[in-house]
Amino acid sequence: MAVSEAPPSGPQSADTGAPKVALLNNPEIRGWLFQIILAVLIAYLALQGWMNMNANLQAAGIASGWAFMGNNAGFAISQSLIEYSQASSTYGRVYIVGLLNTIAVAFVGIILATIIGFIVGVARLSKNWLVSRLATVYVESLRNVPLLLQIFIWYFGVLRLLPQPRDGFDFGPLGLLNNRGYFAPKPVWGEGAGYAFYAFIIGCVVAWAIGRWAYRRQMQTGQTFPSFLVGLGIIVFLPLVVFLAMGAPLTWDIPEMGGFRPRGGMTIIPEYIAMLVALSTYTASFIAEIVRAGILAVNRGQTEAANALGLRSGPTLRLVIVPQAMRIIIPPLTSQYLNLTKNSSLAVAIAYPELTSVFAGTALNQTGQAVEIILLTMLTYLAISLLTSLFMNWYNNRVALVER
Amino acid sequence: MKKLMLSSVLGVAALAIAGSASSAATLDDVKAKGFVQCGVSQGLPGFSNPDADGNWSGLDVDFCRAVAAAIFGDGDAVKFTPLSAKERFTALQSGETDLLSRNTTWTMSRDTQLGLNFAGVNYYDGQGFMIRTEMGINSALELSGASICTNTGTTTELNVADYFRANNMEYELVAFEKADEVVAAYDAGRCDVYTTDASGLYAQRLKLTNPGEHKVLPEIISKEPLGPVVRQGDDQWFNIVKWVHIATVNAEELGITSANVDEMMGGDNPSVKRLLGVEGEFGAGIGLENDWAAKVIKAVGNYGEIFDRNVGPDTPLGIARGVNALWTKGGLMYGPPIR
Repeated sequence: MAVSEAPPSGPQSADTGAPKVALLNNPEIRGWLFQIILAVLIAYLALQGWMNMNANLQAAGIASGWAFMGNNAGFAISQSLIEYSQASSTYGRVYIVGLLNTIAVAFVGIILATIIGFIVGVARLSKNWLVSRLATVYVESLRNVPLLLQIFIWYFGVLRLLPQPRDGFDFGPLGLLNNRGYFAPKPVWGEGAGYAFYAFIIGCVVAWAIGRWAYRRQMQTGQTFPSFLVGLGIIVFLPLVVFLAMGAPLTWDIPEMGGFRPRGGMTIIPEYIAMLVALSTYTASFIAEIVRAGILAVNRGQTEAANALGLRSGPTLRLVIVPQAMRIIIPPLTSQYLNLTKNSSLAVAIAYPELTSVFAGTALNQTGQAVEIILLTMLTYLAISLLTSLFMNWYNNRVALVER
Repeated sequence: MKKLMLSSVLGVAALAIAGSASSAATLDDVKAKGFVQCGVSQGLPGFSNPDADGNWSGLDVDFCRAVAAAIFGDGDAVKFTPLSAKERFTALQSGETDLLSRNTTWTMSRDTQLGLNFAGVNYYDGQGFMIRTEMGINSALELSGASICTNTGTTTELNVADYFRANNMEYELVAFEKADEVVAAYDAGRCDVYTTDASGLYAQRLKLTNPGEHKVLPEIISKEPLGPVVRQGDDQWFNIVKWVHIATVNAEELGITSANVDEMMGGDNPSVKRLLGVEGEFGAGIGLENDWAAKVIKAVGNYGEIFDRNVGPDTPLGIARGVNALWTKGGLMYGPPIR
């Protein structure tokens, strides 16, 4: 191997006129050659590693293969967005439950982090001394403390603050709150509720169409139209009217205190709350800095020009500054979203049942099939991250500077 | 480019070598490095627990020391690797530790599907429940609907599932990765019940804010034979670990203690003579010197001494011998004869 990689040098590379370069000295062919050699080597390395691993697994008598995914898991999971029973659900089901729990905390976390981040980022640029200092304190204290510690602080903070189930808060029809979680009333849809849902979708489409129409009219005539308020009204009132016309087919399953903890309703477990708060406030401190950098990067002349055209400070920010700042904000914002998703795996420390905890944790230990499970878990995180990137890149292309 | 290629080639070579080295004799590796790398818990009083200065003590720790003493004559020739329940088997499989002595339950799937071997039982345990006394609950059968805190990756998770299913009861499982967080969450009131092996319940109770306000329910819902684990495929090492445990049990039966071991060597009892290496070539069969068992007893004492020192009635844990007594005293500890 070591021989073939040495570039030959000597008589055959002697200069015999421009077009007649020896094949090996042609920079393009040489480039290709080395690339191919490298690719083959890497593939060989990977193949060797894979075969070695299989041989070792077999020699050590460790079970392998994917058959375990259909086996009965037999353990309980404290939060599940889909039907899951410890008596009959399989490891494959455990994987999906874990994945959905990861997405549940990551998706809501991303939304919250973005909202908090934008507010704090803008607040840091505020002319109000107190507001900007408070925002600075927020950013500097949260982004400089390890996330795992913050998760513990939130978790045990939440647990200590909330009362035991027997002395818990009872909000009557709004549910119960204690250290076992928030037990919210669960909507039970009756017959005809589907029509209200269709009305909601129709409302959304109509609102979108109105928005398009208002935008085009403004471009042509300069007249503005309160499309946001009108759209919101349609989205809210159309389904409401249909819902009432159907005779309000909705009842609530209100949780009641049981022997140990409330029964019925929907439960939001304290682990979820702690994880969500920790992830979103931590990531928000980074997003705030990204937002601040993005806004500061927009030339001051843009503000002055907008003011000269007679725009007030609100529309200036909304229509001139932020759209330009977005182009700078989006790429680093994407990495923060990816960070947040991956950081959700720290939830294993506080018993939030996400993918790493239930699948790469409990399921791995019950089956002992580390290679398969870790591989699948890694691929899953990779897929989530790539999908997030894909979406953000698409959005970035949309808001990118269109040069005319 | 050339450098990169060279390192890739070296990488392949290293990989191939690593592949062939994985099944070499553990005893030779241990002798070469001069100590036993022993996987223990991250802190379970009485079994494996570090003090403020980082000195480990406990029943499982003493077992590691016993193996080291059998090989080197020095109970301190051990390095400890604290492992979570989740990490333990992978650490042993990958060769990171030579031996796992971490209150690990012997089950069929662990013994047959993980490439591991259980080398005996050095503590017969069973899973129990701990609950606040003020809850006024006296039986595990009254626990329907309770929130239960435990560790991930343990047999306790499955035992709870079986028990509640068998008795037609509901529960909410809150499973943490590390025992410290389980205790903290239970202490903070996140759960009504804390479940793990009964020995662990007594040990962890010491860490609670008010240990006196908690009690262990009478039901023992599972068999938890805890024992040392080695990698499959190295019978010599497996034999060493297995017989070190048997030696401590037989020593107790024969009345040999760390205090009188030298005296006993001069005695007339042939069983004692064979155990302590005065007669016979029993050490050679496991690749050790013939006085291997004498070294073990000198370093850590017999099984009874180990038990009393770490978890017995005079320790904070205060666990009675119970099923862990010698077979001659109505317990399950029974050592095959050395002959």
